[in-house]
Amino acid sequence: MSIKRNLITIKGIKDGLVFRLDERCEFDELLTGLREMLDNSETFLSGPLVSIDVRFGDRDLSDEQKLQILDILRSKRNLLVRSIEGSKSAELRENAVLRIPITTISGMVRSGQVLQHDGNLLFLGDVNPGGSIVCTGDIYILGALRGMAHAGSEGSEHAIIGASYLAPTQLRIAEVISRPPDSAEESSAHPHETQMEFAYLKDGQMQIDKMANIARLRRDLNVFKGV
Amino acid sequence: MGEAIVVTSGKGGVGKTTTTANIGTALALLGKKVCLVDTDIGLRNLDVVMGLENRIIYDICDVADGRCRLHQALVKDKRFEELYMLPAAQTKDKNAVSPEQIRDIIIELKAEFQYVLIDCPAGIEQGFKNAIAGADQAIVVTTPENAAVRDADRVIGLLESSHIGSPKLVVNRIRPNMVKAGEMLDVDEVLQVLNIDLLGIVPDDEMVIKAANTGEPTVMNPDSKASIAYRNISRRIQGDTVPLMQLDEKKGRFNLFRRLFGGGKS
Repeated sequence: MSIKRNLITIKGIKDGLVFRLDERCEFDELLTGLREMLDNSETFLSGPLVSIDVRFGDRDLSDEQKLQILDILRSKRNLLVRSIEGSKSAELRENAVLRIPITTISGMVRSGQVLQHDGNLLFLGDVNPGGSIVCTGDIYILGALRGMAHAGSEGSEHAIIGASYLAPTQLRIAEVISRPPDSAEESSAHPHETQMEFAYLKDGQMQIDKMANIARLRRDLNVFKGV
Repeated sequence: MGEAIVVTSGKGGVGKTTTTANIGTALALLGKKVCLVDTDIGLRNLDVVMGLENRIIYDICDVADGRCRLHQALVKDKRFEELYMLPAAQTKDKNAVSPEQIRDIIIELKAEFQYVLIDCPAGIEQGFKNAIAGADQAIVVTTPENAAVRDADRVIGLLESSHIGSPKLVVNRIRPNMVKAGEMLDVDEVLQVLNIDLLGIVPDDEMVIKAANTGEPTVMNPDSKASIAYRNISRRIQGDTVPLMQLDEKKGRFNLFRRLFGGGKS
């Protein structure tokens, strides 16, 4: 008995109970343990409606397995399962925005200087003509990009380059190189546009779009913000 | 203990030597004890601009190699008692001295002078490294041209990663009419790119060329606009707050009004 009891820990919280399921034992063992615990605590878990949160820790559970757990719990009429989560999904939910690892660097990249970075980069400052940022991931510049930026330098074609003021001498994503049009009229078609823009590759061609549309292109950058 | 300021630009021909000569002379006008140091070994011309070419006996290489004492190499100015110049050697090249040797000379000069202005050669190689070795501060000279701004940016980057840190900017040879017509970069555009403190702006002035050819720095002539600009810069160096010069010469709306109705000469 004592072994099985250890598989499930019950903790009372303000508005219900938290069921912590053992992370390491066999899944079948866990189900048996859960069933037995519910049967053996007739008096404890009967009476008025109780909300419970199920936490299964680091264990990898399929949706089917989750349903199995839920079915056992639902057999007790007074238990209302509010949530069922592992530690990973809880972490994800809390840090949804931090899913994308990004390094923040500030300063100025002047002519002749090269800022190299492995990963995604948020750069606070200007990149002047003759200066360059080379990054294996995405590049976001809070400032003016007047020099060269190379995103996805190791071949990632999904990389993007965003800047508050996008007026580069050259843009490179993976193997694709692009430069602004030569004619003055074209490049000054929207002079000193104040909106942030980003560059990306579409069918091997460099495209520019406004920053708000970034999530349409890159679903992984989108987060659930509520309904 | 004085202050050593290097005047540099990256690009050649933007007015480093002229700026050094004029700021130095203007500081001397303010009663400061000043020494100008030419580090452009092999292509010296600070002496020509100052009109002191024919008084040179020893040069900076002689001092560095111990062929003479520092005082023997210093050339006293014609106009000011407290203005001196240490000339560069003309027969050698930049590799004739090391940054450590120059630094030792500058330290010795700082003990005696309030300001030591170092004229840097163009480029970012050995000559540049020599020139900045002993400096505490730097002035970057640029003209409102893309090429000069590019080079200034490069030099600012090098200075920022050296012991000197952030330099101050002088925008030289501004032509107000061209700026107004949109044919020349204006000072704000230059500042936006370079992003350092502005020390002063100097209008393009024919008097500067004339003065340089006669070996008399422009600041000596109080009528020239460039002269006033250099005097303002030297006052800012010694810590005064001087407003920036108005470059668009008397063509404001008020003056137009005055010309139309008041008949005042503007």
